[in-house]
Amino acid sequence: MTPLLEVRDLTVRFSTEDGPVLAVDAASFDVGEGEVLALVGESGCGKSVTALALTGLLPRGAAVSGEIRFTPSGRDLRELTERELREVRGRDIAYVFQEPMTSLNPVLTIGRQIGEVLRRHQRMRGEAARRRAAELLSLVGIPLPERRLREYPHQLSGGMRQRVMIAMAVACRPRLLVADEPTTALDVTVQAGILDVLRDLRAQIGTAVLLITHDLGVVADIADRVVVMYAGRTIEEAPAPALFATPSHPYTRGLLDAVPNPARHAEGGLREIPGRVPVLREAPEACTFADRCGYADDLCRSSRPELAPGPAGHPVRCWHPLSAAGPVAALTGRGPR
Amino acid sequence: MTPALEVVDLVKHFGPVRAVDGVSLRVGSGEVVGLVGESGSGKSTLGRCVTRLVPVTSGEVRINGRDIARLSRRAVRPLRRDFTIVFQDPASSLNPRMTVAEIVAEPLRLHRIGTPSERRERVLDQLDQVGLRPEVARRYPHELSGGQRQRVSLARALVASPSLLVADEPTSALDVSVQASVLNLISRLQAELGFACLFITHDLAAVEFVAQRVAVMYLGKLVEVAEREQLFRAPLHPYTQALLSAAPIPDPVAQRNRQRIVLSGDIPSPVDPPSGCRFHTRCPVAVPRCSVEVPPLRQVAGSLVACHLADGSPQ
Amino acid sequence: MTTVAEPVTAPASLAGPRRRALRRLLRNPLAMTGLVVVLVAVLAALLADLVAPYPAARTDFSAALQPPSGRHWFGTDELGRDQFSRVLFGLRASVTVGLAAVGLSMAVGVPLGLLAGFYRVLDPFVSRLVDTMLAFPFLILAVGLAAIRGASLVTAVVAIGVAEIPLVVRVTRGETLRLREMDYVSAAVASGASDGVLLRRHILPNAVNALIVQATVTIPAAIIGEAVLSFLGLGVRPPTPSLGVMLASAQPLFRDGPWMVVFPGLAIVLLTLAFNLLGDGLRDALDPRESHR
Repeated sequence: MTPLLEVRDLTVRFSTEDGPVLAVDAASFDVGEGEVLALVGESGCGKSVTALALTGLLPRGAAVSGEIRFTPSGRDLRELTERELREVRGRDIAYVFQEPMTSLNPVLTIGRQIGEVLRRHQRMRGEAARRRAAELLSLVGIPLPERRLREYPHQLSGGMRQRVMIAMAVACRPRLLVADEPTTALDVTVQAGILDVLRDLRAQIGTAVLLITHDLGVVADIADRVVVMYAGRTIEEAPAPALFATPSHPYTRGLLDAVPNPARHAEGGLREIPGRVPVLREAPEACTFADRCGYADDLCRSSRPELAPGPAGHPVRCWHPLSAAGPVAALTGRGPR
Repeated sequence: MTPALEVVDLVKHFGPVRAVDGVSLRVGSGEVVGLVGESGSGKSTLGRCVTRLVPVTSGEVRINGRDIARLSRRAVRPLRRDFTIVFQDPASSLNPRMTVAEIVAEPLRLHRIGTPSERRERVLDQLDQVGLRPEVARRYPHELSGGQRQRVSLARALVASPSLLVADEPTSALDVSVQASVLNLISRLQAELGFACLFITHDLAAVEFVAQRVAVMYLGKLVEVAEREQLFRAPLHPYTQALLSAAPIPDPVAQRNRQRIVLSGDIPSPVDPPSGCRFHTRCPVAVPRCSVEVPPLRQVAGSLVACHLADGSPQ
Repeated sequence: MTTVAEPVTAPASLAGPRRRALRRLLRNPLAMTGLVVVLVAVLAALLADLVAPYPAARTDFSAALQPPSGRHWFGTDELGRDQFSRVLFGLRASVTVGLAAVGLSMAVGVPLGLLAGFYRVLDPFVSRLVDTMLAFPFLILAVGLAAIRGASLVTAVVAIGVAEIPLVVRVTRGETLRLREMDYVSAAVASGASDGVLLRRHILPNAVNALIVQATVTIPAAIIGEAVLSFLGLGVRPPTPSLGVMLASAQPLFRDGPWMVVFPGLAIVLLTLAFNLLGDGLRDALDPRESHR
């Protein structure tokens, strides 16, 4: 079955005051119909930039290359004009961001804001729009939706606002919902509710979700598949259970070990990853994780690894991916490109 | 032995907002107590009250037996040597116009501890203890990463050897891998230096790693206080149970097999808390009594619980 | 790894906020123009004695009312005085009053602003005081001072300086209120810092940026103020050269020698514009609201 979204060799460069920055380095991944794909990484790994790049939401100074094939449009999104992209945004690909307070207009009622989306993309007005807006609010689990329509954002709690954002995002039944850290600013007990909403959406209207997050717990909760990013590159790709059970990339393993988890930390302290995420100017001819990796050798420092199946069966970008027993020696058949 | 910190019936209102509404808590000498809660719980306010960064509305705050709640700001100042605080945001915790050396030396200067050369020695020692190279002393905060800045904050807090450290969400603004190193550091320092620590956070996993006892707050009141193993294995209060079940675990198998308690509604505003037990509006097992009568914090098995229905058996 | 922007163990951003700001400023052509003009004016004012071709008071009736020429670049006035030299000396008065008035307003305004922002109790008192000051436009004050002490450079400085105090207080108070909430201020309190230490070591140094910008905006107002006052005879009095004085005496003679109005006027306009451009540039450089992440 054709994937809903196929991203190939997406590269994003920014020119900043301090010089050029390579934010995303030839990232490739697919999102299937109705699937929840998590894009995971720490700050600076390029995941948010990737999400914005999909529909051309990056600021003017960004140089984007690569292919973004979106099946419902039948074309590469990078070829669309701004006008055509505006049609896609909201209708086929919708976004939900981290801070609901700044995403909602404080001087308009909830009803008017949802109405705006409905009017823009579905030409709905008046009574029909109001009814549909109320339907959407119940879809995301907001009680007494009729009342809520007349309220303003400041009258709602953080969790409610995020639900409203999601309602607005799915107003047009988009094929893909891009959620960038949707629960990070919320309390834990509220977070669970939002994740439930996202899960239900998939069941009820078949929306696929591209979930951007740094929180492995959230990933474990709702992701079907996971792509791990580091310094602009995708470094591991696996179905969620496999990623947690048999992480193949040392960075992934390091991330999992860094989260306090009684099952893993019966003895001693948490595993730390020394050093920091680098800011790259150019794509180095090396593994970007080499200077922080405990298993790095000369090969790692001189050749750029490509994504290839690892010992657990899923793609990993590493010269010495980890098997359950420890790192595997350089895999045969893979040489420097 | 006198506890490092003893809070008795602490109340803090900001106008109509009842941020802390009658909290009593003890942190023994050399003990790490985790204080857990979500937004509106009042945990950060409690931390600020304990360190007298805000005046207290009523109640007692005893540091090593001495009540500082009633003292004037001037009288408290010399006592501040003994209790310190570390904040959440590495970006605003350090004065951008001061070098690391100046920042860490400040408590020593303010309390007139040592000669200038002795202070320099001490600062370098302290930086070493928090895992920073001596060259860092000459740098400015903007030259450091978030993790390094938190280490400097810790160095500043510990340089005058306090007996109590209040850590207010010290790792929440950091990346996962950096959180690990800071948590490890706090744990190690506490073991080596033996200070008492009130570790305030919303992150249950961090608390489980670093604390010996755990106190849970909801809307300005304590709902449960227990030894760590007890709290995580068999929590007695419905809120604690919900909190534990909601906390995401990075393990899909465990996650999906978990019994999930979903709370209805969102956290009420602290301006107008619900009557009776504040949790009753979201509690899955509330009975009519809960909306009328405020449950006292009482002994049940080895823990303290504020729930009418808690009787020592897990729900 | 030579292609990595900086090695992993090095600082996150090599250039600090100060250096970044300087870089931004240097890249701003308008601000740079302003800076150059300001520097030239200040230099001219300082070195007027050395640079001016003629002493300011030298009269030469044989060369009266001459248009600009090789010998007198800006022409001469009705007394045969060289206008170029007079403009240079006049700039000195303008720059002096500009800097002194701003200095006065800062010396009084900054402490008031700090106190108002730091001690909530004092805020209403300071605000009322400042409101009272606002009620006296500087002209009234200048007239009053001139009546009591006789008009002079000093009375001009005082009148303008006092008139600028409310603005300085407002900016300082705003910064103080903002900085008070910073965690590092709380940390200093927790370390045992007294109020004095907080204000001196933690709040004031971090408020300096806003004050610098404020100064570069206030100075042109002061310069114009000086010109107005001396034009009206309430400030510097002839024969001391001042751009305002020159304008005053040139006014009735406009028909006979427009250059006598044009050059001093142009000097005022350019100097003011230069300070404004510099001030704008400084503000942008020190506090950029960047739209991209």
